[in-house]
Amino acid sequence: MRRALFAAFLALLLCLPLLTGSVYYTNLASQALIAALFALGLNLLVGYAGLTSLGHAGYLGLAAYTSGWLMTHLGWGHLAAAAAALAFSTVMAAIFGLIALRAAGISFLMITLALGQVLWGLAYRWTGVTGGDNGISGLTRPQPFGIGLGDPTHFYYFALLVFLAVWAAVAIWVRSPFGASIRGSKDQPHRMSALGYNVWLIRWITFVASGFLGAVAGLMYVYYHQFISPHSLSLANSAEMLLMVIAGGAGTLSGPVVGAALVVVLKNVASAYIDRWIMLLGFVFIIIVMFVPGGIVAGLARVRRPRLQPTRPAEKPAPLEKTT
Amino acid sequence: MSAVVEVAGLCKSFGGLQVTRSVNLRVERGERHLLIGPNGAGKTTLFNLIAGDLAANSGSISLLGKPVTGTPTAARAQLGLARTYQIVTLFGRDNLLHNVKLALLGKSALRWRHWGSFDLDRTLSARALEVLDSAGLASKAQCALEQTSYGEKRRLEIAMALAQNPQVLLLDEPLAGLSPQERESVIALLRRIDPSITIIMIEHDMEVALAFADRITLLHYGQVILAGSRQDVVADPRTREIYLGH
Repeated sequence: MRRALFAAFLALLLCLPLLTGSVYYTNLASQALIAALFALGLNLLVGYAGLTSLGHAGYLGLAAYTSGWLMTHLGWGHLAAAAAALAFSTVMAAIFGLIALRAAGISFLMITLALGQVLWGLAYRWTGVTGGDNGISGLTRPQPFGIGLGDPTHFYYFALLVFLAVWAAVAIWVRSPFGASIRGSKDQPHRMSALGYNVWLIRWITFVASGFLGAVAGLMYVYYHQFISPHSLSLANSAEMLLMVIAGGAGTLSGPVVGAALVVVLKNVASAYIDRWIMLLGFVFIIIVMFVPGGIVAGLARVRRPRLQPTRPAEKPAPLEKTT
Repeated sequence: MSAVVEVAGLCKSFGGLQVTRSVNLRVERGERHLLIGPNGAGKTTLFNLIAGDLAANSGSISLLGKPVTGTPTAARAQLGLARTYQIVTLFGRDNLLHNVKLALLGKSALRWRHWGSFDLDRTLSARALEVLDSAGLASKAQCALEQTSYGEKRRLEIAMALAQNPQVLLLDEPLAGLSPQERESVIALLRRIDPSITIIMIEHDMEVALAFADRITLLHYGQVILAGSRQDVVADPRTREIYLGH
């Protein structure tokens, strides 16, 4: 069943540009893939390690600004700029991790929020480098192997390729022994220490991996928009990404993808019909939190399960007394 | 013989409350050492200090001859210390097999591996099943934790600690809150523990604890009142006065 669903989903993704036949929807799908990339990375931290971050748009900004600046100011090529942007963002994630992981829970959230706001403030005020409110524009999309990604369909397939690679990597990682220890350190950190696990290091590695994936998403974001401004690393953007993860289902593989698609579609489709589409988004989240607190994916699994396993012996009530 | 656990002049206070007052404790290899004392005597705090969950204000702790006073909890576990908790502390979303496998993984270099399926790892699963079998829980291996009884959870706690092949085992009230039948199965499990493993146990069930212990330390208001062989401590009038209350 799961395999069939996955194959159907994959087929849909592969044929999407043909099915829609319009540039608008192809671009929408690319945006959803980029948002999903970001949500996948954030979910490692929020869903698997249990560390809720509100500053994750910062990594998107770091990677986007670094590559943009290197290309426009120093004239670097795409590949070198991308590699440098990923490396720099990951190093920054490593440093931010050292600071933020001094705490867990609400204090961790506040530190990540503060660090995200510092980056936003820098992007906004350090005009000599970032262009301030105007951001960095006039960027181009790369041309891997001579294939111009300026074409929406080409870009879509490029985004799909990156998305599938990241998804596969995340799937392997969370199922690995290390992935089991990430989950364990979310559920019982004290017990994990007593069992010999270095919980701090496990969290830090997860934090850095999550930041790295945020940077990958940031590169894709700047390629897509060919423009980066402080708005992209605002608190609102971080919160929106967190909502994608939570709405879809934190700690599941497909949840963040579903959440990202939902938000992107709502944002673009609903905004065409209603002015106050953010309000609609708000209502959708309230409904999700009220009726499927584990997220859409967990909710669907609950709906599906009784049909799959019609008789569960454990659920049969045992006779209370013997009649002899 | 060298001490496996040696605590000297250990002090710990929470604000103005002194819960551990210059405690000395020496436990030899293979010894069954019982910690007794009324509620609030600082027994669990002493466990937390030895395990590394709490940092001492002063004094020293050494484990298997190595000073570990400032060593993190995980490093002490790697040295050969394992513990159970007074309040059951297990991985509630997972089945029993997964719980034991996490205990095994903690002591294995495999825990740093970022690929390959944890659930499908045959070596770990096979070893975990052996551990569960030794605790009489093999038939429950695939059960979700919430479908097990309190006694089974207690046995799982002990099984997970034993899975790590510890040299020193800290048992915090392994019999607390058990029904008579469950109590028997936990006692049987405790009796089967390798005699070379050093055990420090906190337990209020005197009938069982006294039969189990070689030596006893009596704590009261964070201080060691009395330490010695089982006979000496039981015979001492202070034990009756403080602990048994008559």
